[in-house]
Amino acid sequence: MYAYILRRIAWSIPFLFAASFLAFTIIQSPPGDYVESYAAKLEADGRQVDEARLRSLRDRFGLDEPFLAQYWKWISGIAKGDFGLSFQWQQPVSELIGDRMILSVILATSTLLFTWAIALPIGIYSAVKQYSWGDYFFSIIGFIGLATPNFLVALILMYVGVVHFGTNVTGLFSAEYVNASWSWDKFVDLVKHLIIPVVIIGTSATASLIRIMRANLLDELYKPYVTTARAKGLSEFKTIMKYPVRIALNPFASTIAWVFPQIISGSTVVAVVLSLPTVDPLMLDALLTQDMYLAGAFILLLSVMSIIGMIVSDIVLAMIDPRIRYR
Amino acid sequence: MTQQQASANRPILEVKNLVTAFDTRHGTFTAVDDVSLELVPGETLCLVGESGSGKSVLSRSILQLVDRPGRIVSGEILLHEAHPDPKQDTTTELDLAKLEPRSGIIRNIRGRDIGMIFQEPMSSLSPVHTIGSQISESLKLHEGLNKKQARERVIEMLRRVEIPNPERAIDQYPFEFSGGMRQRAMIAMALVCNPKVLIADEPTTALDVTIQAEILDLLEELKTQNNMAILFITHDMGVVAEIADKVAVMRYGKLVENGNVKDVFANPQHDYTKSLLQAAHQTQLPSTERLAMREERPLGDPILEAKSLRKEFYGKTGLLGMKKTTLVAVDDANFTLREGESLGIVGESGSGKTTLARCIQRVLSVNSGELHYTDRSGASTEITQLDDKQLQPTWRDMRTVFQDPFASLNPRMTVSQIIGECLLLNGMHSKADRRARILELLDLVGLPSSAMERFPHAFSGGQRQRISIARAIAPNPRIVIADEATSALDVSIRIQIMDLLLDLQKQLNLSYIFISHDVGLVRFFCDRVLVMYKGQIVESGDSEQVCTKPNHEYTQALLSAVPIADPTQRGQQKRVRYQQ
Repeated sequence: MYAYILRRIAWSIPFLFAASFLAFTIIQSPPGDYVESYAAKLEADGRQVDEARLRSLRDRFGLDEPFLAQYWKWISGIAKGDFGLSFQWQQPVSELIGDRMILSVILATSTLLFTWAIALPIGIYSAVKQYSWGDYFFSIIGFIGLATPNFLVALILMYVGVVHFGTNVTGLFSAEYVNASWSWDKFVDLVKHLIIPVVIIGTSATASLIRIMRANLLDELYKPYVTTARAKGLSEFKTIMKYPVRIALNPFASTIAWVFPQIISGSTVVAVVLSLPTVDPLMLDALLTQDMYLAGAFILLLSVMSIIGMIVSDIVLAMIDPRIRYR
Repeated sequence: MTQQQASANRPILEVKNLVTAFDTRHGTFTAVDDVSLELVPGETLCLVGESGSGKSVLSRSILQLVDRPGRIVSGEILLHEAHPDPKQDTTTELDLAKLEPRSGIIRNIRGRDIGMIFQEPMSSLSPVHTIGSQISESLKLHEGLNKKQARERVIEMLRRVEIPNPERAIDQYPFEFSGGMRQRAMIAMALVCNPKVLIADEPTTALDVTIQAEILDLLEELKTQNNMAILFITHDMGVVAEIADKVAVMRYGKLVENGNVKDVFANPQHDYTKSLLQAAHQTQLPSTERLAMREERPLGDPILEAKSLRKEFYGKTGLLGMKKTTLVAVDDANFTLREGESLGIVGESGSGKTTLARCIQRVLSVNSGELHYTDRSGASTEITQLDDKQLQPTWRDMRTVFQDPFASLNPRMTVSQIIGECLLLNGMHSKADRRARILELLDLVGLPSSAMERFPHAFSGGQRQRISIARAIAPNPRIVIADEATSALDVSIRIQIMDLLLDLQKQLNLSYIFISHDVGLVRFFCDRVLVMYKGQIVESGDSEQVCTKPNHEYTQALLSAVPIADPTQRGQQKRVRYQQ
């Protein structure tokens, strides 16, 4: 088991390097750089472009150095926790992302818990009572949930919230708490504001999870070991929960892998619509304005999150499924 | 003593006029039709029948384990000395047929009064729970033992079923066990609460013969120790002759014969029983048709010669997967196949017989050795070093019939597409020609021309295997490799397919490489035989000689484990165990 974990982690190191190199290549590949687009923006605004200032900006960020030198400067900074400076915000990237990251993690975790709490029991019910009225009901709801785009649900809920309940559903905090320090009241306020985004982001995931759980469990329900369990005298509930459900859950460990990158990019559209202070809108903005270091940090984070997610899901899978552990 | 004898003759379980039916869209299908049986303590009742005869449904009906839409329609299942209440030791007589499948009472009976074991020990055990956790469950449930007590009892039970090192085995997972050990664990699970009745549904069918012999011995021993009644379901008349006290034969849901094992074998009443016994006896002797064929046309020249074939498989272990492990699947294999000859390869699972066949056909590459194939014109080629393109003509001459007739035919292609595809690949471009050839082939394998436009699911297992054979002989090959081609079939169908293969050999002068785990079939079908054990050919020679006077100790052990379909010879054959 330990050898397995060690092996996984060891293998991920070259991947991390490859990912960082690729991230840097991607942000470097569009023609022009930040200084050029900055100059173009100034010109468009009709302001004077100070060649000397541009010159100094280029020097400061090392934009004229060769590609590998720039990469090395960037990656060695990151190793020390310095992600560089955002051109647009004129703030260190780590500070910009840090605040929003916590909220993104909270949002992603709540969404995941919400999804599992709703989807797994319904999936089990749908499989055990296949082709019952309940199964059909949840299937219809599920397909509607899958087919409706997130932003549409967001707009509808916003409309309903504002028009019928008079509540402010955008953002994650009420106005009075935005800049307040953490307190119990602020936490309660956050939870209240979380509900709607969680429901919106979680709907389609819940719907697809129900289908996956139902299909997984249907594959297991009629396996001989279930009959064996019944032949021992176990009650129907215990038989189903201990054996087929336990095995049908294994594939879910693999889904952890794609939950991690979703912390950063899973809810961009909804976050923009509901103006949530998460990292998603910031990333969109950084990519649009070619804010090199900020965008680079995001792409790198996405890759790192994917790799970490993969390791975590592999380890969880090995913990719950002995067949993988003893390979 | 007398009291014990009296109670020994009184049945513990009586099935009376049981009817179990499945409601389907096309009406009601009666799987068990008015069947009556008795199980007596200390006795084994063997329930025999082919697939679909209703024997499994009957056994599951007893414990109310029939999956929906199946249900017990009428009849009684009387269990004497039942423990309906786990808290009290009082026993009563109970009609299990009247109980609800999910009721508390039937759950108290399951695992405590009646234990059950199943055919496939791998899929019948949960892969993600330890052996100990799966066995101790019944103890906690029925006897209210705590974790520590249950653990002690499980270890004791594992010891009784002769699992080595039970203190360690209890915390292992089923996939760490061999097939035989898994079935022992399964038996331990069924018997841990000392039930009075054991239902065993084909418990040895998926096992090798030597393992089967050991499991049968174990069941016999436990039966005597616990004075247990066993309902043993099987399709193998050899196993019946080996272990049964009484025999019941089922066909199409009905009981056609029921009696003492010696009486039934000596004097079967029903035609169906007679045909089953005849098939069993027939496959223990060389085929007369084959012997006659050889008289008429002696074997021809060698067409395939293997010299020191070796095949290795590689795995990876160790940190970072850098360490390589090597498994020698085929080690120094030498043999010759002559024109018109049937060569058998016999061995247990994992002995390398299928790998050898794939190497012969060059589906797999070989590590070293030579394979000389002589084609129709008499030109000999060494085929181990050829690439896929150069192998085309050899592949046309060497075809395979696979084991599972359900998995080896594409369900979305019609029979004419299945057979036509391989004709097209071999350059028969005219549609009319292909049609004529397909009709000819169907006629050869005994299928009507109407089969052409139908899909595989419309055919039974035996008919599907005929389609596979038609596909194999379509490009007019010289060698057909039959890899356990009859193993998945019922006994009576098996004989028909073997006769068909012999008939085709007579007409087309085919050579067969016949892979089987069943020594009896090899003696029936093959002229010569190779015995494989752990990748090596330990013995080869004339099939009669190998099957009657084996030289190698492994062959002797293998033969001594094969059950003989004659109850009067029970216990006369001395079992030899082979230890390397």
